[in-house]
Amino acid sequence: MTISIDPQKTNNESLQPKGWLRYFSFSLDHKVIGIQYLVCGFIFYLVGGTLASAIRIELASPMSDFMPRDVYNQVLTLHGTIMIFLWIVPVVNGAFGNYLIPFYVGARDMAFPRLNAVAFWLIPPSGLMLVASYFVEGAAQAGWTAYPPLSITTPHSGQIIWILSVLLLGGSSIFGGINFIATIIKLRRPGLKLMQLPMYCWAMLGTSLLVVLSTPVLAGTLILLSFDIIANTGFFNPVLGGNVVVYQHLFWFYSHPAVYIMVLPAFGLVSEILPVHARKPLFGYTTMVFSIMGIVVLGLVVWAHHMFTSGTPPWMRLFFTIATAFIAVPTGIKFFNWVATLWGGKISINSAMLFSCGFIINFVFGGITGVALAQVPFDIHVHDTYFVVAHFHYIVYGGTVFIIFSSIYHWFPKVTGKMLNEKLGILHFVITFIGFNLCFAPQHWLGLNGMPRRVAEYDPQFQFVNQISSLGALLMAISTIPFLINIFFSIRGGKDSGDNPWNALTPEWLTSSPPPVENWEGEAPLVEEPYGYGKQFSD
Amino acid sequence: MLIKKIYLIFTISLVFAISFWIGFNVNLLPAEASINAPIYDELFKILFIIGLIIFIGMTIAVIYSLFKFRKRNDQIGDGIALEGNLTLEIVWTIIPSIIVLLIGLYSYNIYDRMGGMKELNHNHEMMSSDTEKIWAGISQTSDNAISKNNLSIEVSAMQFAFLFNYPKGNFISGELHVPVDQKVSMKMESKDVIHAFWVPEFRIKQDIIPGQPTILNFTPTKVGKYPIICAELCGPYHGGMRASIIVEEESDYNDWFNKNKKSEVNL
Repeated sequence: MTISIDPQKTNNESLQPKGWLRYFSFSLDHKVIGIQYLVCGFIFYLVGGTLASAIRIELASPMSDFMPRDVYNQVLTLHGTIMIFLWIVPVVNGAFGNYLIPFYVGARDMAFPRLNAVAFWLIPPSGLMLVASYFVEGAAQAGWTAYPPLSITTPHSGQIIWILSVLLLGGSSIFGGINFIATIIKLRRPGLKLMQLPMYCWAMLGTSLLVVLSTPVLAGTLILLSFDIIANTGFFNPVLGGNVVVYQHLFWFYSHPAVYIMVLPAFGLVSEILPVHARKPLFGYTTMVFSIMGIVVLGLVVWAHHMFTSGTPPWMRLFFTIATAFIAVPTGIKFFNWVATLWGGKISINSAMLFSCGFIINFVFGGITGVALAQVPFDIHVHDTYFVVAHFHYIVYGGTVFIIFSSIYHWFPKVTGKMLNEKLGILHFVITFIGFNLCFAPQHWLGLNGMPRRVAEYDPQFQFVNQISSLGALLMAISTIPFLINIFFSIRGGKDSGDNPWNALTPEWLTSSPPPVENWEGEAPLVEEPYGYGKQFSD
Repeated sequence: MLIKKIYLIFTISLVFAISFWIGFNVNLLPAEASINAPIYDELFKILFIIGLIIFIGMTIAVIYSLFKFRKRNDQIGDGIALEGNLTLEIVWTIIPSIIVLLIGLYSYNIYDRMGGMKELNHNHEMMSSDTEKIWAGISQTSDNAISKNNLSIEVSAMQFAFLFNYPKGNFISGELHVPVDQKVSMKMESKDVIHAFWVPEFRIKQDIIPGQPTILNFTPTKVGKYPIICAELCGPYHGGMRASIIVEEESDYNDWFNKNKKSEVNL
């Protein structure tokens, strides 16, 4: 089944630039592309974080006084778009997926290396375009949801650039998704069974199915929206007889699965990290696989829970309530399994472990508010308020971003051959965890008590709680400093890690660190038990 | 072994006790000023308590594991090679399923009591409501036949204001005045982009959509002045798009109504 790649044809070392220059080239090496995704994503994370800081500065006072109101709307639109499409989706899928999946299936590269490089190189131009649209006529200002008619009536150039940019990023995402499916199904080394794959492969298989099934719907919707803007068609324009609620259905048909596109890979990554540092097998492998697939199926039929106040008929409200609430079951199974993985282990308390445990605590909280939000009567009061803002930041920041950091601490020795400094790492975790909870926990109260989202000004009675939240945001901004110092100093002066500093059993650690161009000097090892901790010593 | 079991039972009871105590003593919600509000708060309290039990339980389990099973300096080797436990996995599939199902049925009941499952009806003499396509909202009615005493108001929203049309008095107001303890039936439509009508003290919200009227019915129960907030991003001044709803005694309301009615006729 495995296609052995002829070194004469692909990845010819003599043709590829070496050293740091290769990261700026059209490299076909999956490891280089993975790092390109990660660093590019992190730069956009800093941009999106700067925008978030601007939002929190504006909200430190009840009046709209820090920036003009239309700029505020541009800032919140770009913050959402950048964080989703340029940071979280490319990093948890593109960066870690590209780096790890070929190792996990025992291949020398992805199935389509050129498509892979194209998928990455679509990202920097569309990201730059998005940021640059601010200097044209003002960036898009209808929120990352771009609901018409607002998106049709705000300045056109910004909205069109936004649509173009999201279309390119969606294309990149689809290319990546196809590539992952092909690699996991077709490039497995002989003898490696599906049920022996590390959990991240299953997570990426599920995620990629969601990407391939739902992203084209978003693309089609945005093309129709752009017709409404440039060609005066009336798909979503009520003045011309269009229907604005149809847009919301189409948009959320992608954008709810997008949440799973952001969290399922994180579920996979944490399943790789916890067993290594707890020195125990992953608890309940089979139920984990089935719960991922359960989430994929259910994730496609819950989109209308974003529209409970949009004028949806009662039967639809009820159906989507039940479907949404049931996602808690497969998700819950995964969390119980992770805690059971920790139970009875020999846990090393390090940065990777702490970020993973922070993820479990934050995500459980976000999941509970999610089940509450799934209930129509509950949602009707808090829909479009800061309660929702708090909820999804607990999912995507407290969940996924914590796992991105955890993964960086875990795989940094793999990529560089150097260890990160643990003291700085733990400092990074402590500031991030406190700052994050200080920033977002109070926002639940704000939403329940009457503060809508996406506002530049608010009732003065909410000032104190907003200032606590802004203080938390400040801590989150500060938390990147020890992280960046750690990365820059460890790349040059970090302690040598050796090939396998964690004594891990998953295949990526069974080669040198950093790995050679085609991953293994000889044949790829057959890893039948990627989580066989506790067995090697009892044998 | 017995000691361990006692500890476990003690911890679980403690988690339940703390959750119930917080659930009953910490109020996170604003004042209750409509029939819907106490029903909503009942659901909130239940969800809050269940949520706290799960959250506190999971947090304790994670932190306890980190302390209890941390690797000591003198330790080498791995933890136990435990790959799963079918009974346990079935238990934590079935119990959450039952909890989720019960919550779903309970919230259906709450939604029904709020009037969400009622067929929507709206008695405006001024409009041809037979041919008009009415989109869903919440209908706080005990039956489909709405009594003639009902206060019918037409709401139009635009960037960045709400206007309230009282068809019976033939006038338009920027403030919504309603008498206490009477059903109010609103038909809402937007002139430009999507807006939303939200009164936090009433626990109700409905989008106001251009081209598609929506209905929102409610019954205020407490005299006072409450904010009406636009909850859907509608442009630069979205944050400033607010109005007030003034719930007053029927006599006060009638005074206000008659005063405005006259001034409109004089114009």
